[in-house]
This record gives sequence, structure tokens and C-alpha cells, in this order.
Amino acid sequence: MWDFIWNDFLVTGEPLIYGAMASIVLVTVLIVFVLTYFKLWKWLWDEYLTTVDHKKIGIMYIIAALAMLFRGGVDALMMRTQLALPGMNFLNSVHYNEIFTTHGTTMILFMAMPFIIGLMNVVVPLQIGARDVAFPFLNALSFWTFFFGAMLFNISFVIGGSPSAGWTSYVPMAGPELSPEINQNYYLLALQLSGIGTLATGINFLVTILRMRAPGMTLMKMPIFTWSALITSIIIIFAFPILTIALALMTMDRIFGTHFFTLAGEGMPMMWANLFWLWGHPEVYIVILPAFGVFSEVISTFARKQLFGYKAMVYAMCVIAGLSFVVWVHHFFTMGAGAGVNSLFSITTMLIAVPTGIKIFNWLGTMYKGRIRFNVPMLWALAFIPNFTIGGVTGVMLGMAAADYQYHNTYFLIAHFHGVLIAGTLFGMFAGLTYWYPKMFGHKMNEKIGKVSFWLTVIGFNITFLPQYFLGLMGMPRRTYTIEPEWMPLNLLSTIGAFILAGGFVIFVYNIYFSARYEPREKTGDAWDGRSLEWATTTPVPHYNFATVPYVNSHEAYWDMKETGATTYDESKLEPIHMPNYKGMPIIMSAIMFVASFGLVWHWFWLAIPGLIGVIICMVIRSFDYDEGYHVPIEEIKRTEEQARGRKE
Amino acid sequence: MSEHTEHSESSIPVKHIIGFIASIVLTLVAAYTTVMSGLPVPWIIAIIMILAVIQAVLQLVMFMHIAEKNPIPQYGNILFGFFIAAVVIAGSIWVMSFGMSDMDMNGGSGEEHSDH
Ligand code: HEM
Ligand SMILES: [Cu+2]
Repeated sequence: MWDFIWNDFLVTGEPLIYGAMASIVLVTVLIVFVLTYFKLWKWLWDEYLTTVDHKKIGIMYIIAALAMLFRGGVDALMMRTQLALPGMNFLNSVHYNEIFTTHGTTMILFMAMPFIIGLMNVVVPLQIGARDVAFPFLNALSFWTFFFGAMLFNISFVIGGSPSAGWTSYVPMAGPELSPEINQNYYLLALQLSGIGTLATGINFLVTILRMRAPGMTLMKMPIFTWSALITSIIIIFAFPILTIALALMTMDRIFGTHFFTLAGEGMPMMWANLFWLWGHPEVYIVILPAFGVFSEVISTFARKQLFGYKAMVYAMCVIAGLSFVVWVHHFFTMGAGAGVNSLFSITTMLIAVPTGIKIFNWLGTMYKGRIRFNVPMLWALAFIPNFTIGGVTGVMLGMAAADYQYHNTYFLIAHFHGVLIAGTLFGMFAGLTYWYPKMFGHKMNEKIGKVSFWLTVIGFNITFLPQYFLGLMGMPRRTYTIEPEWMPLNLLSTIGAFILAGGFVIFVYNIYFSARYEPREKTGDAWDGRSLEWATTTPVPHYNFATVPYVNSHEAYWDMKETGATTYDESKLEPIHMPNYKGMPIIMSAIMFVASFGLVWHWFWLAIPGLIGVIICMVIRSFDYDEGYHVPIEEIKRTEEQARGRKE
Repeated sequence: MSEHTEHSESSIPVKHIIGFIASIVLTLVAAYTTVMSGLPVPWIIAIIMILAVIQAVLQLVMFMHIAEKNPIPQYGNILFGFFIAAVVIAGSIWVMSFGMSDMDMNGGSGEEHSDH
């Protein structure tokens, strides 16, 4: 028993891992201590763990995303340290493999996804004049399955060992023959668990946006961020089931000995790559479209102009949604599927640059002749345009099948996708967070510190990734744990850049702390002279969002309201507001799923089967739950609104 | 939120239960056909394809209320769904079969996949 725990269960023999274990234990003890000492357990349970309020769920998503960004960032720094000089002995090859795998998976699935979903949660209901999402209970369940999925993935490096076959987890490398240990199971089950949550989120927001808009708000009068959330939800609904199936098939291969993707038994290893990218390419558009939405909002607000080419923006996003499903083969041109296949997918890939280009011109058009304010959210948006364009253009280069035989799996590719993911998604999330921060927390983020963090990030980003294009052209392959001497100068430069970039992130997080303590409180509710409905609510936003929902005449609803002097509090129209009750079930049910998945990772059916039964029991209990929520009485609405609005004068 | 007033407490969702059980049965039949029936491969493929189509229709009718009048028709999303289904299935077959004969995808035998 003890032998098993020491040799197989826990990862032993690595100083870095011991450090990680010690820090995990310390942090856990610290959190438990703080919560107990300040008697915060009940508060935590009542206000957050059981919440179904979209604003709080959004905040929890964003906190989780920042934590995962930290974890993924530490992975990145470790890799860059190992690659700084030839012959470094900081990480051995196995360890290096594990780290690039966890880095990629964490950043895409546990950082980018929750960040965009978090912002969607906070903003979308407010922008469309809704009081919550369509299925608040399901929303909480989505969050908790995501959260426990992320935890399952993260414990792998101390318990059992991390997956090491890349975030793409290609077979045969990831299959039972070449990875007989349990490591890869963590990848499969963690993604499966959090994938459930993502799929549910997609459905939730599709229904919310289609069914719960304010009166008068036709589809073409929705704010552009809401549009991006709608399109993203649709892509999620169609893309994630493919991942679910692919993961399930590989899980069966690994745990039950089937032969879908194995070399033996007439399986088709490349079918995994095919299914993975059928999900994977739409996935990269899932994480970029909401960022596009953020930039559109930010640029229009800070250029003090209506968004240029609103309709073109909407159609461009629809076209992107369609095209994103027909380009997947560009990730494995080198499989050699034949000239017909590769040519077709080359063409579709290059086509997708067209709607993206249209959007770039629309942003430029919005700024043209605008009276631009250079606040931090706008700075992120301004930096996004040129930096993202470089990533996009190199993407088109990669999209040419013949040329891709040169670029594929070199650092050129690495530079491309970091160019689009960091300058696109990450800058977008930082822009969005700083922009909506006052709405979420009642104060802005400090501008000075924000600018320092911005410049460090942008400069660090370019120093890190521009050299990588050239390294790629010099032939440096991706996923290599040592470098040749002739690649040294550019690699060293890249590593220096990575540390500058990390500095930008640290200062960003410090700014959260600093602003919470010292920034003046934001009382108007309309911190940036905004244009869409979320700015019409008071700050802090009452839990029911809108006392009365205004009639909407354009996609800049609040701009119109400011002209007529309308508010979201019309005393003559007050009615009791129907709200859902908080529930403990989502977190409990997700915790049980976590236990069941953990059992499956270890092939412990004595744990997995009862876990699964537990989940089914939870579903049955939920099916017989007739709780219809409660009504907020008119007096309470009056009290809340008068208190919030009284402060305004 | 304020909209879901339909389900009165006593009514049993008959349609959903039938759909649920029928889906499970269809899936079990498909699994049996593939794993244990011992039929020739083309037959198996034909049978599970037919079962898949039946199940898709069943779910659209039982769970997605496709036959009912909807105040906001979702033709766009439905069509997009068919488009994606076609892309995933036909696309995968096309991509995974072209040029495959000169590649060693068959555990070293170098043959086509047709004669399992
Ligand atoms: C103009 C639009 C774009 C084009 C034409 C494009 C094209 C490509 C191509 C052809 C590849 C595969 C190259 C290879 O493996 O050799 C690739 C990889 C990748 N792209 Fe893009 N891309 C575009 C935009 C984006 C965006 C917006 C994102 C995400 C926000 C993104 C994320 C990625 C990722 C993550 C990979 C690499 C995945 C991996 O192999 O690990 N791309 N891109
Ligand atoms: Cu792609």
C-alpha cells in the first residue's frame, strides 16, 4: 500500500515537484486558515459556492482563469529557461514534455475558455436587459464542472504524473501502447469533465440571447459583444460534441482496450488528429470571437463614435463561424492526404482571412476621425490590431499547403499561434476585464499601473515571439527540449522577452490588489461614457440587474437613453421580479463527477462506478426539484434603487 | 426565467421518457450489431448508419420539438446543424481515405480499409 502510494500514486524523485507539493500544501493550509480564522466559510458557501447569479459566476470564472494563467505562465517560464542556452540541464526531456503539454492544455482550455465565458457571463445578460441567463442552475453547474475538470488536470503533476503527449494528444504517442501509465487519462477525463460545462454554457447563452432580450431589441439591435457571444455559443454547440466523442473513443481505447485509434487491431491513429482538429480549429475561433467583440465595444466607446460597419461585422462573424468548420485539415497537411484534399483546405483557410480582414478595416474605420481617449482598455485594443495582423498574415502563409511542409511543427508555427492567441485573445480579455472592471467591482483599475503592465506585456510579447518566426525559418522544431548552438542568440532573446511578459502579468495582478485598496469608488454606473445597456445599471449592479427593462431602439440602447434621460428605474412600471434560488447541488454534483473521473483515471472501478451512480442520483433529485424561485417585492426594489440612485446626485 | 411556467407539477413528460428509452435501445442495438453480430462489414456499416439516422430523427422530434410550432423558428440553426453533420461525416471519410492506399495506415499490411 505504502509502496504504491510512494512509487506510483505520488510523483517522487524530482526536486521541482517536491517544491510544487510543498507549495500546494502550504497554500491550501493558508486558505483554510484564513477562511476559518475570519469565519468566512458560511459567507463563501452562501454567497459564492452556491450562487446562480451570472455576475458572481462570471467573476469566479475570471478568477479561475487568472489562476490558470499563472500556472500556465510558470510552465512557460520553465520551458523558456530550459531553451535559453544550448545544453541546459534545468528540465529533462520527460519533464519538458509534461510541461509543454500542461502549458498548452491549461492555456487554451482552462485559461482562455473560462476567461471568455466569464466575461460573457458578466456582460451578456446586462447588455440585453435580462435578469439572469436562461438556465441559472445549469450555469452554476457549467462553472463547477469546468472548475473540477481544471483541478483534475492540475493535480496530475503531483499525483500520478502529468500527461506528456502535447495538448493535441496525438496517438499513437498518447495511446495505450506508447503511454501505458495513467498520465494520459488525466488529459482525457479532465477535458471531458470541463467540456460538459462548456457545452452547457453554449446552450445556455444561445437560449438566453435568442429568448431573453429587452423589448425592441431585434437581433440587429444587439450590442456587438452580444453578437460575438451568440456566434461563439453556436460554434461551441457544434464543435464540442466532436471533442466529447473523440475523447470518449480514446478513453475506451486506453481504459477498456478498444481499437479506435490504436496501431494494432485495424484502428486509425490519424482519425484522432482528424477529429481533434474538427473541434480544434473551431475552438480557436471560439476563443478569438469574443475578443473581437470586446475590441469592437472598446474601440467604439473610446473613439467616441458609433461602431463603423456594424452589419459588416455581424456578417463577417457569421461567415467566420461557417468557415471555421471547413478548414481543419490545415493542421495536418503533412499527413499527405493528397493534392485534392490539401488544395481544398488551403483555399478555405485563406478564405477565412477575408472576413477577418473586413473586421480589421471596420475597427480602423471606427477610429477614423474619432476623438480617441487613450485609457488602458483602448491601449490593449490599439496594440491588438498590428500585433494580431502579423499573426493572421503568418497564418495565411501556413495555410498554403505546399509551404506548410516547411513551416509545420517549427517555431514559425509556435510564433503564429502565440501571435494570434496572445495579441488576440489575451489582449482582448485584458481589455475586457479593465473595461468592465468598474461594473464588476465598483472601481476602475489604476491607470498608471495599468499602463506599466500594458507596455511590459506588449514589449515582452514581441521580444518573445518575433524571434521565434526566424528560429522557425532556421529549422528549429517545436517540442524540442535542447537547442543547437546556432539558435542560441534568438532563443536567449526570446527567453528575456518571456520574463518581461511575465512581469507585465505580475503587475496586472498587483493592480487588482492596488486598485481594490486605493482607487476611488465608481458611483455613476457609467464609468466610461458607455453606449450599451450594461452601463445603464447602477454600480454595484443590483442582483436583479434591471428594476424595469427599457425599450430598445438601436444597438446603442444606453446612448439613446442618455439623450432622452431614461433610466432602468421607472417607478410606474415596477413589478415583483422573479429570481432563481441559490443551490448547493451544482458544486456537489460536480464534486461527485470529479471523484468518478478520478477513479476512472486510475482504473479504480470501485470508485468510478459509485461515483457515476452518485451523479445519476443527483440528476434524479434535480428532476424532482420543483423550486420555482422567489419574487423580489416592489418595496425591496424601491429601497435598493433609491439607495443606489440617491448616491448619484 | 420568468418564462418557464409550463410544467405543472403532476404531468409526466411521456415524450421525453419514450425518447430517452428508445435512444438507449437504439444505441444498444448498434453496439450489439458492431461487436457481436458477426455480420459482414458492409452490412454492419449500413445497419448502424440507418440506426443513427433513426436516432437523430427521434431526438429531433422527442426532445427538440421539431414538429411543434415555434414562435421563433430556428431554421438557420437547424440548417447549420445539417451542414456541420455533413461536413463532419463526409469530410472525415474524404480526408481519411484520399491518398491512403500509398500510406501505411493499416498496421503494416498496406491495404485499403474496405475488407476488415
Ligand atoms: C487569418 C486567420 C488564420 C489562419 C489563416 C491560420 C492558419 C493556421 C494554420 C495553417 C495552422 C497550422 C500550421 C501547421 O501546423 O503547420 C495554424 C495553427 C494554429 N493556429 Fe492559426 N490561423 C489563423 C488564425 C488563428 C487564430 C485567430 C487563432 C487563435 C486565436 C489561431 C490559433 C492557432 C493554433 C493554436 C495553432 C496551432 C495548434 C497546434 O498545432 O498546436 N489561428 N493556423
Ligand atoms: Cu486552424
